[in-house]
Amino acid sequence: MSEDIKKFMYVNRRAPHGTIYAWESLEVVLIGAAFDQDVSVAFFDDGVYQLLKNQDTSDIETKNFSPTYAALGDYDVTKLYVEQESLEERGLTIDDLMDLKWEDEDEDWAEKDSIRVVSRAELSSVLDQQDVIFSF
Amino acid sequence: MAIEVDGKSYEVDEEGYLVNLDDWVPGIANVMSAEDDLELGDEHWDIINFLREYYQEYQIAPAVRVLTKAVGKKLGKEKGNSKYLYALFPYGPGKQACRYAGLPKPTGCI
Repeated sequence: MSEDIKKFMYVNRRAPHGTIYAWESLEVVLIGAAFDQDVSVAFFDDGVYQLLKNQDTSDIETKNFSPTYAALGDYDVTKLYVEQESLEERGLTIDDLMDLKWEDEDEDWAEKDSIRVVSRAELSSVLDQQDVIFSF
Repeated sequence: MAIEVDGKSYEVDEEGYLVNLDDWVPGIANVMSAEDDLELGDEHWDIINFLREYYQEYQIAPAVRVLTKAVGKKLGKEKGNSKYLYALFPYGPGKQACRYAGLPKPTGCI
């Protein structure tokens, strides 16, 4: 690692299917993860739907890429911020979302939660701390 | 483009990756590796099968870095390094093994 590590935030605000944004964002996150930066991902507005569990796209004939979110931990992407208000506005709770984990190599591969539900105010301060924000 | 395996023709893209991954049969890996002058042994198949399982679970082909770490965990530490994987797949474990396994080119493979 070099000293010029930047904080990268990928922001997702759209529903997962019907447009290419969510899948494109996920691919960019996976590719960007190769560059040893401090990466986090935010989900708010309709973006929270991207993390719903039990997605089934067979009727709309598109790839169900939702299982790929579970691979983010392997790519050392371990900070997934989900906005509390966006969940509530859609009648959702964290129990409706996939149970995404990452394994902490420094603590004997202990499993830890990747999803952090935060308030709008908290998310806004996390966004403030970023060097680079990609919006999808 | 297509490759012939046991009298059947399978469509591949311009880089030689299988177009429809549900078409995959082990014979495809044998034909592809023979074209690269590589004979597949058990250790190759461990990686190929591992990649197919990874894809089933996550819907992506892992980046080499991720593959290395995961192989180390699953198949033993002595195998979880790029030296071991490159010895098996000299054209790059990501690209070559994924191609044999019928997967698309790894996400994050630039």
